[in-house]
Amino acid sequence: MLATARTFTLDGIAARPVRVEVDVHRGLPGFAIVGLPDAAVREARERVRAALVNCGFEFPLRRIVVNLAPASLRKAGPGMDLAIASALLSASGQLEWEALSRVAMAGELALDGSTRPVNGALAIAEAAREGGAEAIVVPAENGAEAALAEGIDVIALDGLGRLPALVAGDWEPQRPRALPLRVAAAGGPDLADLRGQPHLRHALEVAAAGGHSLLMIGPPGAGKSLAASRLPSILPPLAAVEALEVARIASACGRLGESLSAGRPFRAPHHTISPAGLVGGGSPPRPGEATMAHRGVLFLDELCEFRRDALEALRAPLEAGEVSIARAASRRTLPCRFMLVAAANPCPCGRGEADPDCSCAPIAVQRYQGRLSGALADRIDILAAVRQPSATDIGGGPGEPSADVRERVADARERQEQRLGPGRCNAEMTPGEARECALSSEAGALLAELYSRQRLSGRAHDRALRLAQTIADLAGAGTIGEEQMAQALALRRRDRG
Amino acid sequence: MVEPRACPDCLRRSWLLASLGPYIERIATGSPGARSPELLRLANEDLVAVAAPKVAAQLLARAAALSEQHLAAELAAAQCWACCRHGDLYPEGLRDATDAPWALIGRGDPALLDGLEPVGAVTIVGARRATSYGREIARELGRELAAAGMVVVSGLAFGVDACAHRGAIDAGRTIAVLGCGPDTAYPAAHRSLWRRITEEGLVISELPPGATPWRWTFPARNRVMAALAGMTVVVEAAARSGSLITADLAADLGRDLGAVPGPITSRASAGPNNLLAGGACLVRDAQDVLDAMLGPGAKPIERRPPDLDEALAEVLAAVEAGESSCDGAAAALGLSGPDTAAALSRLELCGYVTCSALGIYSRTLLPSPGAAAI
Repeated sequence: MLATARTFTLDGIAARPVRVEVDVHRGLPGFAIVGLPDAAVREARERVRAALVNCGFEFPLRRIVVNLAPASLRKAGPGMDLAIASALLSASGQLEWEALSRVAMAGELALDGSTRPVNGALAIAEAAREGGAEAIVVPAENGAEAALAEGIDVIALDGLGRLPALVAGDWEPQRPRALPLRVAAAGGPDLADLRGQPHLRHALEVAAAGGHSLLMIGPPGAGKSLAASRLPSILPPLAAVEALEVARIASACGRLGESLSAGRPFRAPHHTISPAGLVGGGSPPRPGEATMAHRGVLFLDELCEFRRDALEALRAPLEAGEVSIARAASRRTLPCRFMLVAAANPCPCGRGEADPDCSCAPIAVQRYQGRLSGALADRIDILAAVRQPSATDIGGGPGEPSADVRERVADARERQEQRLGPGRCNAEMTPGEARECALSSEAGALLAELYSRQRLSGRAHDRALRLAQTIADLAGAGTIGEEQMAQALALRRRDRG
Repeated sequence: MVEPRACPDCLRRSWLLASLGPYIERIATGSPGARSPELLRLANEDLVAVAAPKVAAQLLARAAALSEQHLAAELAAAQCWACCRHGDLYPEGLRDATDAPWALIGRGDPALLDGLEPVGAVTIVGARRATSYGREIARELGRELAAAGMVVVSGLAFGVDACAHRGAIDAGRTIAVLGCGPDTAYPAAHRSLWRRITEEGLVISELPPGATPWRWTFPARNRVMAALAGMTVVVEAAARSGSLITADLAADLGRDLGAVPGPITSRASAGPNNLLAGGACLVRDAQDVLDAMLGPGAKPIERRPPDLDEALAEVLAAVEAGESSCDGAAAALGLSGPDTAAALSRLELCGYVTCSALGIYSRTLLPSPGAAAI
């Protein structure tokens, strides 16, 4: 007999529909899975066999062929166990489920027949809805996540043994309560922990307000990582659509609970990361840190220690706001609109030249700092020199809390959206837009003087304009004043000279 | 205009020195600083006998076999020219030294040597591992001295040397003295600076084109730097530094010796601080150098620093007091971050402070507005 079921395989952060066809017929007992399965899919044989037997079903001693269609698509992951088991039950006549081909299902099976969660339940539920399925059956742990998708019934199944009751109508499952998309951040690390260091605070605020990328340079222990990890807490809350995007990516990466509780994502990959780990890759393509930091902060600590090819790979995604992974068979585009925050030591030993204990050779320092002027660093707007906080800083009271700063940042972002259009910020201004900024004559004179005095490049000129515009937006000023321009000039990242 | 010209005997000495490179390296390795200028005082035959006794005859014969045309062709191929101690272009300062090179190979503008007296040149030397303080001072000294008409002599090395050249080439004339052939950019990282000096200034060496640097060639070129100029200024140097060899050589020649003071806690300033303790001339700016060389007030540098309002003057004072970051100045003055940032960029525009690529602020040589009135 023949039975079919619908399931999905994860490709990047999208779910692709897969039709499971199971044929049970007379012949030498055997169990074959065809249709480009990967190792995890092929091992479903053993899990399904044990799960059926342990739930009191009979494993048919016949020739079983499972075909995963379309045959040309590679299938990965253990999420097809549930669909294979259900179709097998139906094909062997143990389950009379005429609705089987109208529902979609995804889930891994344990040997005792209980379900185990899968990655990407949200994307799968949405794909099921798009594919016209009536309901989606997911493991109990994924219920809350799948319920984020509206317009489709979500059935949270805790084990294979429940299926007969579901089919017979004896068990009427409740739609699980959707995972709360907490839009505002709360409970995360707070900017109040950053004591003193007024310039660093200002740099963080401007970076957050304009979406500018930030480079912090200073000795170890000066508070660079502390400052970076507080950045998400002063970014404006995620809009509902954005929150769903973040949830979809987190769901595909299997870390939904963790990400939503922390608001905007904060990713701090180690500097030994490979290019594929940073921007995504592999076959099938998996999202990298850049995509996981979508709508949040990507923090590259020890920027100079990162592999050059990894940083180069990050350049195009940083400009485009999406990663394009081209493979021979397919091409995937993953979103990655993140804020780049980087930190570096002033020299290889980290002490800095002013410290008499610094014993770095000049050529080593030069080579080290040379990495700060790579193609990626050229995209960085703000430079903040961080120094060791003084005793009075540390002994002083807590700094301004994140909530207050976030309010100012949100106001500034609103002004930018009014001027530039929804979802855009000053860091994304084109050179044309930057030169249309309303500039007071004094501010213009200041910029012109610097431009001629220090032989600025055109890019450095526009960078100063963007920063000044953000500072003006923070101050609520219509035109960029002289004071704001002077502040911007101190914050801008310098080209090496 | 004097045409560069060198007699073949003096030129052959240069080629002989290049062929002796590894031999002198071997015998001078123990204390290269002390011995190589002494060795170079020897005549050809004695030098070869000391340095390479086994192949002495061969080396001498090979040097003697170099024809005048061949030497000229090699110089021309490397776009170099040469002058020797018997010619008019040979700098006056070198004639004072008993161990002076017989010939100088140059690449660049020979007019810089024309009539060059020690009183018209200043040598700036210092640490390769210079701090931003040292680099900034070197650049400013180079710029102001060159602007005042002095020829700034240095060695193209990392740190202070390169900064002095950069400052000088922007404002006037500079000569780089190399420890290898003048057609070789050493260190290679300074190739673009070397090219600029060959085009707008002058690169000289006592070694022929293509000669490779050895450890002993650096103290050897230091004696040329010391002899060329009327004053040698040490900007930053550790207690035992190659720059101090130049200072010693200059003092031996009876040249003026200047030193830029630094913090007594800074290892990079131990050398000049020791020199000051030993009686070197205190150098705070280019005016100090000019006063020491030409007599007080002989050539005043005119600088009219812009006026500052009170708030800016306070921030400037904080930088002068040693605050090198925006955060530090803000904390010291109790100002907000944005206000301090704005003040620092105004000061930078006025030319009172500079900011490195790492965001470290340092004071320039521009006198404070208050000091100018005194």
